[in-house]
Amino acid sequence: MNKRYLDITDVGIEFDTSGKKFRALQKVNLKLDKGEFVSLIGHSGCGKSTVLNIVAGLYQATEGGVCLDGKEVSEPGPDRAVVFQNHSLMPWLSVYDNVALAVNQVFRKSKSKAERKAWVEHNLRLVNMDHALDKLPGEISGGMKQRVGIARCLAMQPKVLLMDEPFGALDALTRAQLQDSLMKIQAELGNTVIMITHDVDEAVLLSDRIVMMTNGPAATIGEILPVNLERPRDRLELAEDREFVHLRQQVLEFLYAKQSAREPTVAASAAVVETTSPKLAAVQAGAPPERPGNDFEAA
Amino acid sequence: MRNEALRITPHERLEQLVEALRGGNWLKALVFPMLGILAFLMVWHLCASRIDTSLGQFPGPVQVWEQVQNLGAEHVREREKAAAFYERLRERNAKKLAADPNAVIKDRQYTGKPTFADQIITSLLTVAAGFLIANLIAIPLGIVCGLSSGIYKALNPVIQVLKPVSPLAWLPLVTMVVSATYSSDDSLFDKSFLNSAITVALCCLWPTLINTIVGVTNIDRDLVNVSRVMALSPMVHVRKIVIPAAIPMIFTGLRLSLATGWMVLIAAEMLAQNPGLGKFVWDEFQNGSSSSLGRIMVAVLAIGLIGFMLDKLMLTLQKRVSWDKTALLR
Ligand SMILES: Nc1ncnc2c1ncn2[C@@H]1O[C@H](COP(=O)(O)OP(=O)(O)OP(=O)(O)O)[C@@H](O)[C@H]1O
Ligand SMILES: [Mg+2]
Repeated sequence: MNKRYLDITDVGIEFDTSGKKFRALQKVNLKLDKGEFVSLIGHSGCGKSTVLNIVAGLYQATEGGVCLDGKEVSEPGPDRAVVFQNHSLMPWLSVYDNVALAVNQVFRKSKSKAERKAWVEHNLRLVNMDHALDKLPGEISGGMKQRVGIARCLAMQPKVLLMDEPFGALDALTRAQLQDSLMKIQAELGNTVIMITHDVDEAVLLSDRIVMMTNGPAATIGEILPVNLERPRDRLELAEDREFVHLRQQVLEFLYAKQSAREPTVAASAAVVETTSPKLAAVQAGAPPERPGNDFEAA
Repeated sequence: MRNEALRITPHERLEQLVEALRGGNWLKALVFPMLGILAFLMVWHLCASRIDTSLGQFPGPVQVWEQVQNLGAEHVREREKAAAFYERLRERNAKKLAADPNAVIKDRQYTGKPTFADQIITSLLTVAAGFLIANLIAIPLGIVCGLSSGIYKALNPVIQVLKPVSPLAWLPLVTMVVSATYSSDDSLFDKSFLNSAITVALCCLWPTLINTIVGVTNIDRDLVNVSRVMALSPMVHVRKIVIPAAIPMIFTGLRLSLATGWMVLIAAEMLAQNPGLGKFVWDEFQNGSSSSLGRIMVAVLAIGLIGFMLDKLMLTLQKRVSWDKTALLR
């Protein structure tokens, strides 16, 4: 298999905050297969959302670029649907209309009116929200809103599904339910997914690979951990699985031992280089030894 | 289930209402406002009896009520006169036609003095016209400014300078421009009507414009990003996302704008002698009879009541249009 469906090459970005330049990302390289589920994990403020926003086309990379299915990404589009952390449903549209807004836009030429209606309902059924079609977002719970947000994205039939901490704001039980739903849907539809998460268990449970990011500023990909657990995965069985526990341990070690420092020192970045793949290490060694600005707090 | 518990049938709602009335809540709902009004009337009465003007005593509630009845009676009389006039006209025309079937029938209008009710209607029509003109410009312009920071930066200085200008400063300019560009002989509107309406519009413009800009600028970034991801066309984006998101602020602007417009209108009518409530007040003041002050006081109260009702109207409209039925509007 060639890992070329989604290709993030040497992406870096510099923000201009009130005249001061702030380098958030540097030399981010990631390639995804079709149908692959990748999670992005890292400390808060390291630049995970920024990576996702660049893939979505909402931010423009300062250098490097993103290719999806052979085409360069230059602006946002429905082939890269984004599930935002706080659901982001239009509060004035009903559950049905929220999904219909996306469907009517994406399939306005290719599907008839009746087909579009059926498609909206089908996607809401997929996330078990077909019982509340006429409710406003204000009238349903947080978990339900997130389900609708996911349905809206699935309905666009994106090439990649981008999820920015989709379950971050939910309680543990609801989160577990939604993770199971997502796993089932992904197994069924074979979506390519990039998901940002803070939850180590979630990352191991759902992903094919876990991409761990170093601390910012000038954050990049530290390690990539393949997860070769068999699918379908069951959270109860896995809880005691040796492989699962080991993977979990490795992620925790990266986050708390290797990347615990808030301000990355030169030594820390050197340590990262050692752990990355040879190719990435070579790229990093070739990069000019930029000193990250100290005037910015990695919040 | 939870959803069932939340839904209230009209029947249950009626029962709740009856229960509330029985429980004595109506006391609070009715008695306190009544007490307030009563207290106001008392204070008014006591103060009025102590103020003497060159036109006699300042009118108290009793005198004002008399004038309300007088004005009502005048209105009825005037309408009767008008009816009689048209009756005579019809008879005369019928006779003419009987004598000579080819006679040319002249259509004549009754030209009596406009009554208090007529003046109110004129004022309402004028303010409605001004309000409409202003907001047909302000809302689209506000949306464009809110969406594009370039256009906003270009227009902002102009807006900031024109905003604080008193309507009365515009009035002479408007009058001159209207008489220069508009021939009123057979046109749809009177010149005076246009003068007042345009002056009102020039003042109604700003509250809506500024509030619309603020509403549109402050749309949740995430919602805008969702729209970008869906690649909505600009028109759909405005219709489905910008307008609903900004509607609360737009309505805040509309209500301010209508209140401003109503205040401005009265002043403009007084100054320019354009028909309407303002002219009624001015005429009574010039008249200087013993009942003048009472009649002016009637007008003052009417202006206040109408202003209040206009605001209520906007509030009702806002409640109907608003998607957030739980929002407290006042
Ligand atoms: N539009 C922007 N302008 C300036 N700086 C930005 C912008 N967006 C992000 N940043 C900066 O880039 C860095 C990475 O931000 P990002 O939101 O990607 O972090 P994150 O990893 O998603 O954090 P979290 O886990 O808390 O969501 C932060 O230091 C942030 O301050
Ligand atoms: Mg983030």
